[in-house]
Amino acid sequence: MKVLLIAEYRDGKLLASSSELSNFAQTLNAESAMLLIGTEAALPAYDGTLYLADIAQAGEFNPSVHKQLILDVIAKEQPQLVVLPHSSYGWDLAPRLAIALNAAQVSEVVEVKEGELIIPACNSKLRRRVKPETEISVVTLQAGAFTPSEEPSGSPTVIKLEATPNGDIQFNGYEAAEETDVDLSKAEVIVSAGRGIGKPENLEIIEALAKALGGEYGASRPVVDAEWAEHSRQVGTTGQTVSPKLYVACGISGAIQHLAGMKKSEFILAINTDKDAPIGEVADVLAVADLKQLVPILTEKLSA
Amino acid sequence: MKLLVCIKQVPDMESKFKVNASGNWYDMADLAWRMNEYDEYAVEQAVQLRQQVADSDLTVLCIGRDQVKETMKKALAMGCDRGVHILDEASEQKDSYAIATLIANFARDKGFDLIFTGLQSQDRGSAQVGVMVAELLGLPSLTTLVDFSCADGVVNAKRELEGGTKAKVSCSLPALVTCQLGLNTPRYPTLPNIMKAKRKELLTIPAAELSPPEARLKTLSMAPPEKKGGGLILEGEPAELADKLIQILKEKTTVLA
Repeated sequence: MKVLLIAEYRDGKLLASSSELSNFAQTLNAESAMLLIGTEAALPAYDGTLYLADIAQAGEFNPSVHKQLILDVIAKEQPQLVVLPHSSYGWDLAPRLAIALNAAQVSEVVEVKEGELIIPACNSKLRRRVKPETEISVVTLQAGAFTPSEEPSGSPTVIKLEATPNGDIQFNGYEAAEETDVDLSKAEVIVSAGRGIGKPENLEIIEALAKALGGEYGASRPVVDAEWAEHSRQVGTTGQTVSPKLYVACGISGAIQHLAGMKKSEFILAINTDKDAPIGEVADVLAVADLKQLVPILTEKLSA
Repeated sequence: MKLLVCIKQVPDMESKFKVNASGNWYDMADLAWRMNEYDEYAVEQAVQLRQQVADSDLTVLCIGRDQVKETMKKALAMGCDRGVHILDEASEQKDSYAIATLIANFARDKGFDLIFTGLQSQDRGSAQVGVMVAELLGLPSLTTLVDFSCADGVVNAKRELEGGTKAKVSCSLPALVTCQLGLNTPRYPTLPNIMKAKRKELLTIPAAELSPPEARLKTLSMAPPEKKGGGLILEGEPAELADKLIQILKEKTTVLA
């Protein structure tokens, strides 16, 4: 089996997902080649052929040009799988490739089992074992699912590509995340509120517990989207990635985007009414309780 | 301006899911159904544009069994002008490509200026259908939007990237956009609008009339994830639980030292 790995590069940096791509190829025991639309100054540690197109020429975000570069390399390499990270870059490009190639697309692979691909369903409450019916398929990998146990090494054999600028989408620059005085990454204790708090007023009991534990309060995406907490408090893929000594997840079911932002915490306590909630997968302790009852009592006892 | 918004009916994600008898999907009985959360943002954005542009018309499209009409009524009550229900008794057995093809085949000769979809559905979460519809129709597509405006035939938008950064992007109409959570604040339908929605046109088209292709991706089986050991599960009275938790935090962490 042969796979083509599409590395992700953004704003002057090669993203760490490139090592997950090559680790995935190893998991499959597959021969691989990699394609990077980036710069020579930031090459991945990778033993093999690396097709390199210059990001200045191809465009920082230009799906039409990136798609064409990938299709050209596919024509040369004839892979059975084209693999991208399941990120804002990968999930944008993958369907464009799948339609151009008449290929099946498999999104957010979390595991390979007996040669078959496993993907999540229903907020990670279920897993789907799937089978592409096409000769070539396009696959995206869940962030963190194929992190190699060791830092990869090696240096690639570079083959340069020329990009022809075109396309109907214009990229007008980046907007950096808002600066704030809350830096969750430095907090030793984080107590986070999820959808389970039910209403904005209940954020107070989360804040009170955070204070009693000498930490900061955080929030999951639904709480921030509902504007009950500021974006700077958001833990997860599109917010902050944290690893405090203690993380208390209150009423957070455990969507993968949230887990990716906090699963490296030293100790995780989850408070949830559903003992089957996916947060239980990463929690050291899952207290099955209504946070509105348990959290105030916990705060009171800690403050006594 | 002709607008289309594509929505999906999904189970409430807080539900307890069971696998069906054939072992290849979740059991669809005894579930509470609602509009896919991402699509609520898509409907809201489409309705806002519909209200902003004179002489515009907004169609809401949904694929599935008869029960999806309940969800379509919500979209109509939010402000869509008409509904197109693509009747499909087994849409869960179709893959994203087959679903996208049905939508593209419906939309192809209708001259929509802008098509809205959610970024992904909550049950499949594959983030494929919107972009595939655009590719099948040869339209530019902007995905993962957390900011949107449209004027003078141009869409100006912001894509949400990892870590809180956004990418500013634009393209000309006709186009397709996929909406991320937090793009706007979806409205609650008012009672008068719910009443009005009952009289709006809701056309049903059997999926077979839109030449559905064979699925390219088959679901072999579905199952709950294997528990990887996991942690300790504690149940009991809140006061008792609190004492136990404090004990554990004292033993296993340094934060109470």
